[in-house]
Formats: sequence, C-alpha cells, structure tokens
Amino acid sequence: MSDPVIDPTTFQSLIAGTDSAFVKELIDTFLGDAPTMLNDLRQSLKDNNADVFRRAAHSLKSNSASFGALQLSTQAKELELLGKAGDLAQVGDKLTALTAEFDRVKTALRDWQHGSK
Amino acid sequence: MDRSKGYTGRLLIVDDNKVNRLLLARSLEQQGHSISFAENGRQAVDMLHAQPFDLVILDVLMPELDGYQVLELMVSDQQLRNIPVIMASSSEELDMVVRCIEIGAEDYLHKPVNPVLLKARINASLEKKRLRDQQRDLIRKFATEEVADDLMQTGFELGGKYVEASVMFSDIRSFTTITESQTPAETIELLNTYYALMFDAIGGHGGVVNQMVGDGLMSVFGAPLPHKNHQELAVRAALEMVELIDLFNQDQAAQNKRQIKIGVGIATGQVIAGYTGTQQRATYTCVGDTVNLAARLESHTKVVGQPIVIDETTRAGLSPDIEVDDQGMVQVKGKTVEVHIFSVKTDKVAVSAT
Repeated sequence: MSDPVIDPTTFQSLIAGTDSAFVKELIDTFLGDAPTMLNDLRQSLKDNNADVFRRAAHSLKSNSASFGALQLSTQAKELELLGKAGDLAQVGDKLTALTAEFDRVKTALRDWQHGSK
Repeated sequence: MDRSKGYTGRLLIVDDNKVNRLLLARSLEQQGHSISFAENGRQAVDMLHAQPFDLVILDVLMPELDGYQVLELMVSDQQLRNIPVIMASSSEELDMVVRCIEIGAEDYLHKPVNPVLLKARINASLEKKRLRDQQRDLIRKFATEEVADDLMQTGFELGGKYVEASVMFSDIRSFTTITESQTPAETIELLNTYYALMFDAIGGHGGVVNQMVGDGLMSVFGAPLPHKNHQELAVRAALEMVELIDLFNQDQAAQNKRQIKIGVGIATGQVIAGYTGTQQRATYTCVGDTVNLAARLESHTKVVGQPIVIDETTRAGLSPDIEVDDQGMVQVKGKTVEVHIFSVKTDKVAVSAT
C-alpha cells in the first residue's frame, strides 16, 4: 500500500487552523487554478520556456503541499528544479505522471468536500 | 482572538498564486491586520506608491517583476525603503532569499507558512518598524529630514567628506534695531513667522537649514543629498524667500506692524560636510572656503543694495531665465584675490538693503 494521496495530518491541521468552510473554498480555488498551471507546464515544455515552466511547477508544488498532497508536491518540485536548471529535456514522462497524480488528488479533495457536507 | 499582544497594521501580500494569498490572508485577518493583495510585482509597486503600508509579505518567484526586483525598487525609493519586507518562499529559492536579506529584506518565511511563526515574525517586524518610526520622528525634531534619513541609513559617525554644494547665508537687516523697538514676545513671534517662511522656501527647493543663529540662517543645497542643479535650486529658493518676505510685509503693513528686509548670499564650491561635535552632542554642518564666502556675500548685499548676491560659480549654474546684474570684482574680507559677484534680479519685489 502506497502513501495516502492526501496526508491526513497536514490536511487536519489546515482545517484546525482555519475551518471547514474556508478549506472548501480553498479547494475550489486550487482546483480552479490547477488546470491553468498544468496547461502552462505543457505549453512551456513545448515552447522550451524554462522560466514559465519553473513558475507553474513552483505554484503547483506549494499549493499541493498546503493540502498535504505530498506526492504531487514532490513531483512538482522535481519539475521546478528541472525548470530552474533550464533542463527541460529531462522532463520526459514526468509531466504525464504528475498529471495522473493530480487527478488522484482532485478526486480525493472532491470526495472530502462531498463527504463533509 | 487575542489582539492585546502585537500591533495590527496595513499589510500587503504579494503572491501570484491565489491559494497562497488566501491562506496568508486568513491567518493575518484573524490577527486583526488589514490586508491588501497584489498578484505580481508590478502591481505591488503601483500599490505601494498609491497607499501607505506597514509591512509587505513578498513572494520570490512571480511574473512581471519578481520579489527580488520589487525589493530592489523599494530599497532605492526614499518613500518605500522604510517599509519592512518579509520574503515568503520555499527552500528551492533559498539562494534568492539570501540575496533578498542582503539587500534589505527584514525576514523570511518558509512556505507553506506556519501560522504561529507567521504571527511572531509579523509582530516582530511591526514592532521594529514602530520603534524606527519613533526614532526618526524624534531625530526630525532636532535635525532636518535629510539628515535624519542619512543618520538612519548610514549610522552616526563623526567625520566629513568633500561635497560640491551651494551654501546660502541669510538674515534680517537691522535686526538688532528691530528687537530694541518691540517686546520680547513680539520679537519671538516675528522670528517664528520668519523661520516658517524661510524654511518653507529653502526646504521646498531641496535645501537644508543647518544653522540658526538669531535671525541668521545657514543653508546648504547639494548635501547631504546630492543635487545636480544645486546652484539653481539655491537661487530659486532665495527668490522665493524675498517674495515671501514681501508678502509678509504687506501683511505687517496692514496691521501697522514692523516690516523687515532680508539679505541673502550664495556661494558654490567644495565644502567639507559631516557631523561635527562630540559623541554626545553633534550637528550636521558644512565648513570651508565656500561657506566663508557665502557669509561675506550676504553682508555684501548691504554694499550693493540688492537682496541676493551670488558668486561666479553659482551664476554659471543658472538657467537663462534667471537674470543677474554684474556687480564687478570686489575684495571680500578673508580673501586674498578679488571675487566676481552678481546680484540676482528680483523683478516683482524690490527689497533694498538699509
């Protein structure tokens, strides 16, 4: 069994520090913004624009870390570092893997939103 | 919530990511701060110029201007350099954070931000800013704003340096006679009005009054802050001084009160500028030949019967719309060679020396 998609400790402390309604709103914001970040990643990879690639990966990394999506955050960080090094040739299928992980995170966050209603 | 500890302030959160902005704002609003947002560096700089803030929380990686560039702009801006900046960043940008701290960021926070740490750092920064503001206000009561800023930035150190500047001496003609003809209270009132008018004209042209002795003022243009056209600024200040005194006199005449006349001498050249005195009691001042010459020119206004007298170096720096009359070569006290002097035309007002 692999690690959970969302780290329960991080997620619970996020709720404890704010409240459920706020976390729901935050999830909506994240899931609303994330497709743009993923799109930026794909487009900048195509354009070989390491700066844009780095920034998009950076945002995705810090946002997923806020929710406890640790695996996604780690993958985004890897891409961010490749962007920072200007080494987009090394991205390979890492972006596809990250997109798949994002879908799992999205499902988990939506499940929580529905479950906690 | 407990607001008894810590100061609340006007905070600007600069981050291109909305989730980050919401998370930061949530914690900070709970602590009673008022929050504004900027989505990139360019927007942040515009907002900082448009309204006052007590603290900025700055992301490093952003489109338009990044955090590093925003910080550089703030540090080089007289108005913005006193606002504390806390960098918010992840460990991948630690190299940039180090650079930011080196150029003047107050502190940094690791993202995702821990609310307890955030609160502590914000409070510490606001408290430091409050103390610095207090200190600056206090210094400003006893020194000019420029000197206060210079002191805050570079620290206090006795010693001087050579600066190219224009030095102005001004005083009220026949002041002793005036004081003898009125009550002490009237004299002080007159002096205070006179000071207010002169400080306004001098400060309004970038000059710094650094000596006040009775009715005499010594001002410097071009130090501590360098000005490219300090000659012109000094002469324009002098023209405004003469004009203000003329208006003041009209007012005095209407109240059947004593009118005054002033004399202004301006010389330009190298001065030694710096703090003189002791570690306990010191003042920012300028000394040197140029200073002596300015004082001599001021007393020479009586001889030429014109309110403003300047030296050749000052005249050379004036734009053509300022008209002067050549007053020839004169021998001034303390100079072995003759000095070429000019009087500045004061069209609107004719303040003759007595």
